[in-house]
Amino acid sequence: MTANDAVVRVEGLHKYFGDLEVLRGIDMDLHKGEVVVILGRSGSGKSTLLRCVNFLDDPTQGTIEVSGVKLSGGHRTRRKREQIRNLRLHVGMVFQQFNLFPQMTALENVMIGPLCRKGADKAATRKRALQLLDQVGLGDKADQHPIRLSGGQQQRVAIARALATEPDVMLFDEPTSALDPELTGEVLAVMKALATEVHMPMMVVTHEMGFAREVADRLVFFHEGVILEQGSPDQVFNHTQHPECRRFLDAVL
Amino acid sequence: MSSPGRPSTGRRERLALASAGASFRLKVAVVWTLIFLFFGIFFYLAKFDNQWMLDNLEFIARGLQFTVYIAIGGIVLAILLAGIGALGRISSNSIAFGISGFYVSFFRGTPLIVQLFLIYLALPQVGANLSDRFPSLPDGFQSALILDAAVAGILALGLNYGAYMTEIFRAGIQSINPGQSEAAVALGMTYGQRMGRVILPQAFRVIIPPTGNEFIAMLKDTALVSFVGVSVGQAEIFRRSQLLGRADNRPLEALIVAAGMYWALTALFTVFQSRLEKRLSKGYVRGVTITTREKPAVEPPPQAGLA
Repeated sequence: MTANDAVVRVEGLHKYFGDLEVLRGIDMDLHKGEVVVILGRSGSGKSTLLRCVNFLDDPTQGTIEVSGVKLSGGHRTRRKREQIRNLRLHVGMVFQQFNLFPQMTALENVMIGPLCRKGADKAATRKRALQLLDQVGLGDKADQHPIRLSGGQQQRVAIARALATEPDVMLFDEPTSALDPELTGEVLAVMKALATEVHMPMMVVTHEMGFAREVADRLVFFHEGVILEQGSPDQVFNHTQHPECRRFLDAVL
Repeated sequence: MSSPGRPSTGRRERLALASAGASFRLKVAVVWTLIFLFFGIFFYLAKFDNQWMLDNLEFIARGLQFTVYIAIGGIVLAILLAGIGALGRISSNSIAFGISGFYVSFFRGTPLIVQLFLIYLALPQVGANLSDRFPSLPDGFQSALILDAAVAGILALGLNYGAYMTEIFRAGIQSINPGQSEAAVALGMTYGQRMGRVILPQAFRVIIPPTGNEFIAMLKDTALVSFVGVSVGQAEIFRRSQLLGRADNRPLEALIVAAGMYWALTALFTVFQSRLEKRLSKGYVRGVTITTREKPAVEPPPQAGLA
């Protein structure tokens, strides 16, 4: 992989919450079509990294570059606020708690992102949204409100909603952690299809080791705010050198 | 006067009634009938003049339009102010936060009747004195501050209730899960889109019941407008009943008519409010089906594929 096919480039990222340093210097690239699964104990900074990539949390220090939009951390200025919005247009995000909009139907949820963009074409957006719902296997649920859908169905709608804005990269923040065990499969299947069929670049924080082993191009192991180890699934799962990483894998596998 | 944060008693009553058996409801109906009967006998003994009441019903009822006009004008103004005030109260902008804080503090901290008198009586004085001091002010300035009683009433009620409702709206907005806002932000929405399409529509559901209570309270506080001099042609219910009751020395009959009209208006609005609440529960209650297209949720076989 060459250096300039990076979709996301994180350099020297530090993040403080008050006095607590959650991220202590992260450098990381995500390349075209690459799936990176981020592992680590809770509190190791995995989710914070994702949230810094689209500025849900502002980096304290360091730079984030997505699809050529490069922003540094620190204070928000008026100009930077505009640039942050610009950067977010390239990023789709899926949350642990789905965060679907309850007053809208599944279809409206998927349409709302594109409709909030300038010069949106309602008919085309609707057609595209129905297509996306079909792709996540929920074409027949378009007119349902989220409360009438199961957790797995809600999360699949959330994936369609994020895809509707045509992002260059998808961020998944523990997408199956809030689901009953029997519902995780349908969500992981959609994510796998997204990776293998569309080659969507993805950063996935998850504890689903099966998914990590099978779909990830690269595993990144977070420990106390730094990347302790990274490599192919085989490298990390079978040949890790770090005792900390070994202990974690022994605990979850 | 107004009592913010008062629970929606009507709703709780309806719930209790709905879950009760038919015999319980029948007994409640009998109790109400007996109470009415008791008051009927009481009024009969007190020589309540039915004929006078019927003869003058129409005269008092002509005040209804002003009562309703002031109440609706007041609530519309209050909702506007509460919406702006609440955005100020949750703003990180010190100017917006400061102005809305001052507004809420002053209008909750002083009596409604004092505010009404300030607007109706003190504003003309301000206008006269300023015109005196600054002769260059346009001619219309002084007369613009002399307000019609109904307009003064709408302003006072709107400002006062708007202050209480600012806190209701603020709490409603803050009750929405932060994840909603994050999802909207992640989709690239602007502040206006996020508020207008995601947060406020959800907050309305929380805001509507207490706002309905505020409207009911305001409906009755319109009676305060009768304290600022109004010609009979523009008088609301209470003013009319007082004028008539005094003139004919029939205060009991006149006031009972006024009380009955306020009560009827409140009952009417309560029905309207409960329908609105039911409509707004769409998307929150599995049982409530608004459109007929919805089918019971059945799990489809998991499928995937993004071809």
